[in-house]
Amino acid sequence: MKCGVVVFPGSNCDHDVYHVLKHVLEQEVTFLWHQDDSLQGCELIVLPGGFAYGDYLRAGALAALSPVMGAVKRHAEAGGLVLGICNGFQVLLEAGLLPGAMRRNENLRFQCLDVHLRTERADLPFTRRLKPGQVLRLPIAHAEGNYEDSPARLDALEANGQVVFRYCEPDGRITSESNPNGAARNIAGICNVAGNVLGLMPHPERCSEAVLGNTDGLALFASAVEVGSRHLQAAGAGR
Amino acid sequence: MTVLQKTAEPAVNAETARSIGLTEEEFERLKKILGRDPNWTELGITSALWSEHCSYKSSKVYLKEFPTAGPHVLQGPGENAGVVDVGHGWVAVFKMESHNHPSFIEPYQGSMTGVGGILRDVFTMGARPIACMDALRFGEIDAPRMRFLIDGVVRGIGGYGNCMGIPTVGGETGFHRCYDGNILVNAFALGIARHDRIFHARASGAGNPVLYVGSRTGRDGIHGATMASESFDKESEQKRPTVQVGDPFTEKVLLEACLEAMRTGAIVAIQDMGAAGLTSSTFEMAGRGGTGLHLDLDQVPLRQPGLTPYEMMLSESQERMVLVAKKGREEEVEKVFRRWGLEVADIGEITTTGRAVLTWHGEMAADVPIQPLTEEAPVYRRPVAEPTDLAARWRAPEVPQPDDPRQALEELLATPEFASKRWIWQQYDHTVRTNTVQGPGGDAAVLLLKGTPSGLAMTCDVNPVYCYFDPRRGGAQAVAEAVRNLACVGAEPVGLTDCLNFGNPERPEISWQFREAVRGISDACRALAVPVISGNVSFYNETEGQSIYPTPAVAMVGVIPNLSNLPNPWFQREGDRIVLLGEDRSEFGGAAYLRLLYDLEQGRPPEVDLDAELRLARLLRGLVARGLIHTAHDLSEGGFLISLAEACFGRRTLGARVEVPLAGADLFSETQGRALVACAPAALDRVLQAAEEAGVPAREIGETGGGELVVKSGGEVLSAPVDRLHEIWSTALPKALGL
Amino acid sequence: MKARVTVYPRREILDPQGKAIRDALTRVGFPGVDDVRAGKSFEISLGTEDLQAADRQLREMCEKLLANTVVEDYSLEILGGAGAQP
Repeated sequence: MKCGVVVFPGSNCDHDVYHVLKHVLEQEVTFLWHQDDSLQGCELIVLPGGFAYGDYLRAGALAALSPVMGAVKRHAEAGGLVLGICNGFQVLLEAGLLPGAMRRNENLRFQCLDVHLRTERADLPFTRRLKPGQVLRLPIAHAEGNYEDSPARLDALEANGQVVFRYCEPDGRITSESNPNGAARNIAGICNVAGNVLGLMPHPERCSEAVLGNTDGLALFASAVEVGSRHLQAAGAGR
Repeated sequence: MTVLQKTAEPAVNAETARSIGLTEEEFERLKKILGRDPNWTELGITSALWSEHCSYKSSKVYLKEFPTAGPHVLQGPGENAGVVDVGHGWVAVFKMESHNHPSFIEPYQGSMTGVGGILRDVFTMGARPIACMDALRFGEIDAPRMRFLIDGVVRGIGGYGNCMGIPTVGGETGFHRCYDGNILVNAFALGIARHDRIFHARASGAGNPVLYVGSRTGRDGIHGATMASESFDKESEQKRPTVQVGDPFTEKVLLEACLEAMRTGAIVAIQDMGAAGLTSSTFEMAGRGGTGLHLDLDQVPLRQPGLTPYEMMLSESQERMVLVAKKGREEEVEKVFRRWGLEVADIGEITTTGRAVLTWHGEMAADVPIQPLTEEAPVYRRPVAEPTDLAARWRAPEVPQPDDPRQALEELLATPEFASKRWIWQQYDHTVRTNTVQGPGGDAAVLLLKGTPSGLAMTCDVNPVYCYFDPRRGGAQAVAEAVRNLACVGAEPVGLTDCLNFGNPERPEISWQFREAVRGISDACRALAVPVISGNVSFYNETEGQSIYPTPAVAMVGVIPNLSNLPNPWFQREGDRIVLLGEDRSEFGGAAYLRLLYDLEQGRPPEVDLDAELRLARLLRGLVARGLIHTAHDLSEGGFLISLAEACFGRRTLGARVEVPLAGADLFSETQGRALVACAPAALDRVLQAAEEAGVPAREIGETGGGELVVKSGGEVLSAPVDRLHEIWSTALPKALGL
Repeated sequence: MKARVTVYPRREILDPQGKAIRDALTRVGFPGVDDVRAGKSFEISLGTEDLQAADRQLREMCEKLLANTVVEDYSLEILGGAGAQP
């Protein structure tokens, strides 16, 4: 499957995502420059973590205006896979591809630690290798992961099944103690209504290799890649 | 020949020279070099180049004693950073540098720009930075401004490294009242590069253009290098306008652009603009290469109009680089920087004259010979005097026995000194770049060297109290402890960098401290075969005549041949056998037990037996390589009981039950050359045998398991729930900070 | 009375945020923006109607807390008294 990792000035997890897709999952990967408006035929687009444009003004705000984001929007509207991780999630929010907004962490500090996530949707292109309710341990590293929206819109989000991951205890209980940043309803990751665009604050690419002591993150990439290959086979068969 | 002297600038004389840091002799020396009076710009340039910070004039004579060669060393001191071979075609490039004064004035920007500066030193060599560490020394938490300083420094370090996407994987933080008026912020960075891709800051090729890239020049930090070479006094407040502001976003872009531009093959030399900005970068490049240069100051990109040549040459605006490109290929280089949204300016060219000629508005702004100002800067052998009360300082302390060792342990774990530093390092991204196998909080950080089975280990260490009482022993101890920490993860040291923080070297006792500490480091480096490959000296760390304790921080890097058997610093499995390695003695000179519980600092610090350290390190590396141990943790400040308790504080706490022939205060003795290891019962005999063969005393003292820490010693039994100890230890620092 | 305190980076000091915003404005079709300074604004309700006292208090707040005068400047603006129309 051809994967594209978008590079904004200030992206800093681009190489990490590239590494997992290329060397762990052995997929074709290319970097996509923020000023290009072509996705070069990539099927999976990843907006990586980092501090695009320094996160000045608001996290993700300046990056959301990049030419490449026009192409990403069209890709998403056509049903293509888009994954936003951390800063990439913030960019998706600012670009309007996902609803809601990020505020600074409740304790107003950058936090880097492992958190537990409960899988709320295991039927998405990104989560099909997970089981419903499965608890993952993933690292976070952000200062603005405090997800917020109006109560009515949050209700709609829940009703549509758009909440994909919630911060939880190791046993899966949703508690305020397990919420590292104050995010509304412990929301760590959400998708669009169609389910082809996913944004999450934790970093699955940082726990996708055994040598790093944790492989919980690999399932997200592996799921997406699997979907892509099936899609390709289907397309090939139809020809 | 006339050089421009603007009427608005101060007159040039011995007095104005002194006001910007040149002594009368140095002023005379400059006049002799020039054969005439300098103008204000030339005076400013010289003052910066001859500042302690840039010239190392008071330390050079001693720094020569460091062993700097070794089988792995590709570049020793004298470049932006040192380079060592770490195998598989890779080199590690690393250095540590202080940013003490700026961080005391404005902690957030000060520590930010400290991290930014050290990162530029690394990537200017062609290496991609992959790790940072920070050695921090604060005063007592209740000292004026201290909470503000701690918070600002931590935010600043995080603010820069996090945005750059370079993990901060380790470091150390200490608290002592000697830093109440002068905190220490020492930043370390390490990068990796392929063997044949190292760049140097050595100009060559007459006619090659000099390019300026990165941020524009403002009035930030003018005379920062001179400021770093002076003591604090009330006037430091008025020096505030010299604070520089860090822009990690621009630096991130600059990093990517530089590495990409280097791949074009069109770059001859490159150097960052750090202390003394445009002056030191251009003069040092030309000085090393033996060339001359011509700079057209009208081409320097300015943030605001109206900067004078003096200001342009001395500005310390951040995130700027100077490079020499191959003539005719500058377009290739410029294209890369523009693609990354950075400004590039052609500001001059390399010449053969050996002189720096600066023109501005059609006139000559300066015309000085380069090497006499760089390579032949003044060198001082300052008067040295041993403290007159040394014998009294070395008198062995009276060691009170603890009423209750458990209570003593709990009190120590609750001090900021021993408390978990998680509150600090949780604010640093330590997992980005997906190399972090073992992050902060252990003996040494361990990073994966991607594409190889190997890992890189790094640690930084120093005990300032030891260094105050016996700087030579203290210097040696810092090196020995670093070697021990690396050995605990199975790493063989390949080199060290240092950050030597001292008071005013014009005071004979401080010069003595410096000389002795350097000798101690040298002794240990020779005995343990660790070359010094880079470093930095920070003098004048004093406020109102009150000097800090000598603090020669060392950061050491090692290579782990194979990561598959990496032990943890914590107990991992129930029923593992615990073995104490090394010899126990009763040594309390400068010990934390006396200092923190009885407010007593007294006595000569523990002996450093370098042969024993070498034997222990070899043993530990062998045990790790053979996969015999699950846990390895060294004994250092606080002694046996502190180390044992720390080993219980893994991600999942785990108790231990041990019996030792150490009673009372001896549980806290700081005898060097010791470590705890834990292994599966089946491996115990092999561990003990290996120790015997290595000539290291070893004693099985008990086993892991349960929720209690139980220590039998001399008929007494200490017993404490590990979760309670952990609670005290993990919450103490935020509590002390009032959070 | 109510007051607005504006804190912004000192003129002579680099403002990375302002610079990034200026560049972005240019990119999205607002050429000719020379300079942007990005600061913070505080609306503060004071328990006094005495202009001089308010001014003194606000300055003290800025010096002590709201502004980091090493790198920031501030300006004060009185928005009106408790009885003033919004």
